[in-house]
Amino acid sequence: MSEPTLTAVLPDERGYFGEFGGSFVPEILVPALEELNEAFLTAKQDPAFQACYHGLLRDYVGRPTALTYAERLTERLGGGRIYLKREDLCHTGAHKINNAIGQILLARRMGKTRIIAETGAGQHGVATATVCARFGMECIVYMGAEDIERQQLNVHRMRLLGADVRPATSGSQTLKDATNEAIRDWVTNVRDTFYIIGSVVGPHPYPAMVRDFHTIIGEEVKTQLHEKEGRTDPDMLIACVGGGSNAIGMFHPFLRNTSVRCVGVEASGEGLDGRHAATLTLGKPGILHGALSYLLQDEEGQVSLAHSISAGLDYPGVGPEHAWLKQSGRVDYVSATDQEAMEGVQLLSETEGIIPALETAHAVAGLARLAGETDPDDLIVLNCSGRGDKDMQTIAEALS
Amino acid sequence: MSRLKAHLESIAAAGEKALGMFITSGFPDLDATPDLLRAIDAGGADFIELGMPFSDPLAEGIPIQRSSERALAAGVTMRQTLEYAADFTASSDTPLLLMGYGNPVMRYGIDRFFEEARTAGVQGVILPDVLPAPDSPFFRAAAAHGVDTVCLVSPTTPQERVTYIDELSSGFVYAVSVTGVTGADKGDAKPIQDYLRRIRPAVSRNALLVGFGIRSAEDVASMVAETDGAIVGSALVNLVAACWDDSDLSHAQRLERVEAFVRELKSGTSS
Repeated sequence: MSEPTLTAVLPDERGYFGEFGGSFVPEILVPALEELNEAFLTAKQDPAFQACYHGLLRDYVGRPTALTYAERLTERLGGGRIYLKREDLCHTGAHKINNAIGQILLARRMGKTRIIAETGAGQHGVATATVCARFGMECIVYMGAEDIERQQLNVHRMRLLGADVRPATSGSQTLKDATNEAIRDWVTNVRDTFYIIGSVVGPHPYPAMVRDFHTIIGEEVKTQLHEKEGRTDPDMLIACVGGGSNAIGMFHPFLRNTSVRCVGVEASGEGLDGRHAATLTLGKPGILHGALSYLLQDEEGQVSLAHSISAGLDYPGVGPEHAWLKQSGRVDYVSATDQEAMEGVQLLSETEGIIPALETAHAVAGLARLAGETDPDDLIVLNCSGRGDKDMQTIAEALS
Repeated sequence: MSRLKAHLESIAAAGEKALGMFITSGFPDLDATPDLLRAIDAGGADFIELGMPFSDPLAEGIPIQRSSERALAAGVTMRQTLEYAADFTASSDTPLLLMGYGNPVMRYGIDRFFEEARTAGVQGVILPDVLPAPDSPFFRAAAAHGVDTVCLVSPTTPQERVTYIDELSSGFVYAVSVTGVTGADKGDAKPIQDYLRRIRPAVSRNALLVGFGIRSAEDVASMVAETDGAIVGSALVNLVAACWDDSDLSHAQRLERVEAFVRELKSGTSS
């Protein structure tokens, strides 16, 4: 197998990014994935679909989201000029809705009547429940029983929006297990059901499709940065990585320009020698939820339990494109602990008046460490992927 | 021709139908597996699938999920499973297959796994999340070491893909009875029989066996009408869990119940 170059169109026709990705699913799902891939490729080329998608992003989501110059954070960290891509200002409070809008339009186009989703922090669940309410479609969201406990606010939001939130009670009762349950539901109800996956994970074509529905983030950065600074490409991009959707959405339009340093920040939980969710940092290649990627696992190939204070990063897998970007060296992956993330929440709140989600706080923590390596005339863009309202109880407990 | 295939053909040539039984390795505890394999064999199973437990078995219903969790909690390893297989095949000619998921095999080392499986006398391997492809490292390693790779078809599989799967499958072709997970309620037999009748002409190179949701001798009898045999897993796992959780039963009594259940199921193949 020849190594793909950065200018290659990835994934290949079988869904591989280098050696990562592919489709590892029960045979029952094969025709559904082929049908989805065809529908997605056709929709991408269809001006009517694009007009509908971009119209909803503008009038319903509130795009373009602001690119905010973080003046006091820049002063505090003493390096390059920091901009925040304000995905926290999206309707529902995080970037997740970009993808939910795209996928529900595909579901309608394909004549599917029933929507299922998995959720960790509840942001993707809320985004999916929201678009289902908007289009009057049945919505079932699988959520780990433990996550239902720690993300009560989002559970209430989903139920108010009309979704049926079903607890996943197997295994670790978090995102991994909610995803297993969603796949089992899909296997059972594949004929009328559309599975809206919430990150750049899962079997082909999901990693590419979810990415493409989020690249609007990076594309807007180009336009907005040009307006404010006279150049489209910054020196550094930084984003948190759980499955990796907000990061890939921002990085992707910049990957061919290798002078743009891209940094993904994983959750190292209690620390890399304790319980963590730093899949790219410490995982090994493996198969989970339909794709070959990096995976936290033991010597027997049993999937390890991830840990992060942030439910949205508490996942033992990662999108296969990130695995490829790590292996090729194009993106740097670092990590931040629960404690550092909590400091990141306080830092952004105090300097900019923006309370970030705990996921986003990991990117803030990563930047706090790396900003010193940059020059004052460097441009840095941090993906402020979500707002922190949903995490207030966790934050209050951690800071008390 | 592989031994598994020859075995299934000889059953068909005699006008009989085959019964395959699935049991999770290391379940309900590490001591149980060798005795369970012998009891299943004594009950008349034509082949046995030994399940390799995985933490995230996404094609499994509750019974096999729970059995996998229990086996992993008991500390079963891939090496242990291969030892169970070697012990069993040393004393029985009944074909033994391993069934599980791609990741534990990949972590063990794909080539090493198939080499050691062959050495342990394993006839075939079933990996429901590894799709058939000629250049798949799993399929290449299996072929290199002479281990059959049994592929699955489902009610959603188009006819031309059934033909393709038949070409890449060895040992037999495993027809999933319904869209669902293992142990699912399979509902009426009629639509399943219609689907099996549809795909049967496309499976010309291999025997066609059906599984998922088959619980009784009556189920077996209705499912083998259009196939070469049936496979039962979750129902046996449920029985084993119930027997081992019943402290009034002795070890011998538990094994007797398992053997009797298999014998009862086997009666459904010759009606």
